[in-house]
Amino acid sequence: MNHVVCIAYVPDTETKVKIGGDGKSIDETDVKWIVSPYDEYALEEALKTREAKGGTVTVLTFGPARADVGLRECLARGADEAVRIASDGLGETDSLGVAQLLAAALKGMKADAIWMGSKGVGTDAGVMVSMVAELLDLPNVNLVTKVEWKDGAVTLWREVEGGREVVESPLPCVIGAHKGLNEPRYASLKGIMAAKKKVIAVKKPADLGVDPAGITGEKAAVRWTKLELPPARQACKLIPADDPQKAAEELLRLLRDEAKVL
Amino acid sequence: MAFSGVDFYQIEALLSDEEKAVRDLVRDFVDSEILPIIEECAWEGRFPRELVPQMAALNLFGATIPEYGLPGLDNVAYGLIMQELERGDSGLRSFVSVQSALVMYPIYTYGSKAQKDRWIPALAKGEAIGCFGLTEPDFGSNPGGMRTVARKDGSSWVLNGAKAWITNGSIADVAVVWAKAGGPDAPVRGFLVEKGTPGFTTSEHRMKMSLRASVTSQLAFEDCRVPEENVLPGVEGLKGPLSCLTQARYGISWGALGSAMATYTCALDYAKSRKQFQDRPIASHQMVQEKLAFMITEITKGQLLALQLGRMKDGGTMRPHHVSMAKRNNVWVARECARLAREILGANGIVGEYPVFRHLANIESVFTYEGTHDIHTLVLGQAVTGIPSYNPPAE
Repeated sequence: MNHVVCIAYVPDTETKVKIGGDGKSIDETDVKWIVSPYDEYALEEALKTREAKGGTVTVLTFGPARADVGLRECLARGADEAVRIASDGLGETDSLGVAQLLAAALKGMKADAIWMGSKGVGTDAGVMVSMVAELLDLPNVNLVTKVEWKDGAVTLWREVEGGREVVESPLPCVIGAHKGLNEPRYASLKGIMAAKKKVIAVKKPADLGVDPAGITGEKAAVRWTKLELPPARQACKLIPADDPQKAAEELLRLLRDEAKVL
Repeated sequence: MAFSGVDFYQIEALLSDEEKAVRDLVRDFVDSEILPIIEECAWEGRFPRELVPQMAALNLFGATIPEYGLPGLDNVAYGLIMQELERGDSGLRSFVSVQSALVMYPIYTYGSKAQKDRWIPALAKGEAIGCFGLTEPDFGSNPGGMRTVARKDGSSWVLNGAKAWITNGSIADVAVVWAKAGGPDAPVRGFLVEKGTPGFTTSEHRMKMSLRASVTSQLAFEDCRVPEENVLPGVEGLKGPLSCLTQARYGISWGALGSAMATYTCALDYAKSRKQFQDRPIASHQMVQEKLAFMITEITKGQLLALQLGRMKDGGTMRPHHVSMAKRNNVWVARECARLAREILGANGIVGEYPVFRHLANIESVFTYEGTHDIHTLVLGQAVTGIPSYNPPAE
């Protein structure tokens, strides 16, 4: 079986996000970039399956040159090959644009299973699994926490509100990995040294038959117009509790008059 | 909160992508696997042996060896591993130092093919643990005075003597033991003594106040018979053990920076959040700033010292006195940082809720092991004057 794992190289979840000068992007200075944690579950499951059943694992991303570091990290964990669709100089695109690029690349890759995290932790849109599947006319199953392989098919457990759903899908299909699917491995030092020798295939949108003009600028279905940080949290109001009776009265008054919840 | 590194001088730009990847891997491992348990381990005086298979899976043992399927890292990458491990705990770093630099290095460098084939893979996988026996109860800085002797008897050697302050001693499957081979005036040779060999016993040093998450033992040899094929064939004389110590000390010069980074970042975070007088953080006080400025300056100087030392080691131009300078300086830096951090934290500097006191206690061992601070001073003195001060003058 051949697996392709689509990864997103995103700001570390501990990043203190700052808004960029244009008011609609984040300031990337001092941002530490990581492979999106949900994508790590996807990669781990693909690696485990390859170890059990043979085949190959290829990682695929869309991004600027810095994303090569993320791809190398995946190679160090054991992926066989890596492909980057270059975003350099492309201009602003949206989820659908990225999905079109990934789908175009995937068409030439003969994957039995296409993996992604259930969502990236960048924009958190959570649409890539279904968009890519739709563009490739493949089944997709998202929020997957358990996988069992059959001949030419796969049984997948997915988290739903208040329970788990068990579905079967033919192959190939697109699988969105969710927290709980597995415990991602660490890379090894040997893996890092082996990854150093591998060549990352870099493709331009035009190489994949996608016209950049069709997925950027005015042609993007979704455009960012404004980005704002959440309002700073207000300081706590402490009620002195020297006299419990008075403190309770004051609390009731505040809940009624100020918070207006009573 | 994950550790984001200490880099005041854009030293990051001097590292290769692989060196950064190696460091980040070990950094992540330390944050996720070591820091959550280490305070308890140190408190209980327990070596977290459960981490050995994980460390082996990461290839932390023998990481610079280019054969036996090992990574063959450069020495800067190796140093960065030591830095991150000791940011976790000096005892954990000591374990890896001993396994790699004091056991795998001499077997790989001076061992026979059979010795290498038997031990290097097992030690790399963590299936075997090693220790290094040089120091004796009465001979520390002057190893040449050692009393442990090996007497040839037929096709084997018979060892008698005692070793002290041996990291991993009681848990080791193989001990690299240095003894005078043939009598008290004979040259020193290395013997691989396996656990369970009749006449070989170990006992732990009790009541240690430092390196509590690491095992430290005495080794005793009483008519302990070792076959000839367990002698390291490739070296004779003190240069054998001393060359191993050069490797280990090189790692310590990086490791100590990790300890210093841990106490510095803890003190910095604390100073920014702790408020006294008009609700201002103590980081706004000049005396606290002076301490932090000292710490970051000394750490930065230490980083540059270690990095250039590593580049020299990779280039084949590093000499033992270069290592002495970095070990001496950087452990001193770590010791000063631990002390200053403990002052900044006030009472919180003595409790296990923060890592400061553990590092403070640990670094006391590091200050005098692997060549005491003072002995390294004398090595440097000899290097610049050409006059050795610590050998009794021959009259």
